[in-house]
Amino acid sequence: MFDVRHLTHAYETEDGTSFKALDDVSCRIRKGEFTAVIGTNGSGKSTFARHLNALVLPTEGDLFVEGLSVREPENIWPIRQKVGMVFQNPDNQLIAAVVEEEVAFGPENLGVPREEILTRVDEALAKVGMTQYRHHSPAMLSGGQKQRIAIAGVLAMKPDCIILDEPTAMLDPVGRKEVMDTVHELNRKEGISVVLITHFMEEAVTADRVLVIHKGHLVMDGTPREVFSDPEKMKALGLDVPVPADLASMLHKKGLAVRADCMTDEELGDALCPFVSKI
Amino acid sequence: MSIRVENITYIYGGGTPYEKTALAGVDLTIEKGEFVGIIGHTGSGKSTLIQHLNGLIHPTKGRVLVDGVDLAGKSKEAIAKRHTVGMVFQYPEQQLFEETVAQDIAFGPRNLGCDEETVEARVREAMSFVGLDYDTYAGRSPFRLSGGQMRRVAIAGVIAMKPDFLILDEPSAGLDPVGRREIFSQIRKWYEEGAFSVILVSHNMDDIARLATRLLVMSHGRCVLDGRPMDIFLHHRKELQEAGVDVPPLTKTLLALKERGIPVPEEAVSCEEAADALYRTLREGTSC
Repeated sequence: MFDVRHLTHAYETEDGTSFKALDDVSCRIRKGEFTAVIGTNGSGKSTFARHLNALVLPTEGDLFVEGLSVREPENIWPIRQKVGMVFQNPDNQLIAAVVEEEVAFGPENLGVPREEILTRVDEALAKVGMTQYRHHSPAMLSGGQKQRIAIAGVLAMKPDCIILDEPTAMLDPVGRKEVMDTVHELNRKEGISVVLITHFMEEAVTADRVLVIHKGHLVMDGTPREVFSDPEKMKALGLDVPVPADLASMLHKKGLAVRADCMTDEELGDALCPFVSKI
Repeated sequence: MSIRVENITYIYGGGTPYEKTALAGVDLTIEKGEFVGIIGHTGSGKSTLIQHLNGLIHPTKGRVLVDGVDLAGKSKEAIAKRHTVGMVFQYPEQQLFEETVAQDIAFGPRNLGCDEETVEARVREAMSFVGLDYDTYAGRSPFRLSGGQMRRVAIAGVIAMKPDFLILDEPSAGLDPVGRREIFSQIRKWYEEGAFSVILVSHNMDDIARLATRLLVMSHGRCVLDGRPMDIFLHHRKELQEAGVDVPPLTKTLLALKERGIPVPEEAVSCEEAADALYRTLREGTSC
């Protein structure tokens, strides 16, 4: 899906020096993969995400979206049609007065015929479970519902990949779960590639793959188990690990013979149960 | 000193087709010295409630009294009492507007009518409170700072007004774990120094469990639970679920382990504490 080659993004700061928000990042993201990108504030993870649909362009290196280079101006629109983007604040990205018009906005701009638009809106709303709200005003919906409408708007453009930049940061636990369930279902059932930028480690654990960006560098790249089984390293990078991983590794370090790489409550339970039967 | 919320009801858009009861008979008292956490799903009424506490909006029915003074009044006394309750909104950095950090923080005390000498003293004090070095940051543009620093400037602006009660609405939203810890260790420090009482609205149950001495759970415009955070998290899971809120991730993991018969320190609020206790029980288990 994405082939990132030595991607660097530098910009001029106030005092005239050059600052590299991204510095020589290379990686490949396969079609159908669910990738989480984590990093502290200012690490460059959002800048990275914005390159994936050519919202910003590399100052050095290149990025190919299904073989199309973002450096070729005529590729920009095909790339943005393939790669949709959902932002953090649902109130800043919804514009229409009625939900179905909101969802139709993207395909209308692509010049899709009316009949086709109607089908796409129906399909997109069904996929995010918001069909019953089609005649509602987006302003009257909850945060989680608004984000699902934003996702439907992207789906109506029939993308191959959706980039979500902290889509749940402003939501309550119920809204977060709604959005995460929706995104996982799209990935599983529709085969849509997902790149999720997040501060919530519980969300990153559910991905196929986790990229850790630190000070503009790609410093870790692996499965959640590989990335989160070293809490010390993650904490040194200013990040957290999920609770079960943290507990397991602390117990392991204290000398209890448990596996240090538990990712879920269930795995931690499995690891600790043998000790209990001996009490 | 106390904030007395006397059976308040608040109706948005009364008499229009959009009429909505945001608060339905909330009655509680917040005493000086408390650290109150407020949780609830979006639309539960928590933001409407806190806006009442410093008189930004007035109840449709009922009264809000600070030290016995009704905030809805127009007297000088009522206005002065409103100033004793400071409010830090969500994403407060969006409200920064001045050219320099120092001027932005000075806006509040200047409006209170402080003389320039007092204003400067308060700016210095507020900046050291939030951990921003005066000499480094006072003359900088607030818009050239990082997200976490901007938020501290915004919080300093409220602190410079020297409130008795400080209300924070999701102060850690959008911050990374380090930024979050910094903000909260600071808040905890101020609270422990007795600088003011804190009322914290958050979706982050970890922070609530660690910091609050009292927890209010809002649902459908009512305060449905009011008590010690751990009592609520451990013994009222059904009500919490109905209110659309969760227990802290650590508590959730510990309760899942408990269900499988593992003896856990269910009241633990940090992983270190939980790991220590778990290790002690499990190690003893293996030795016999």
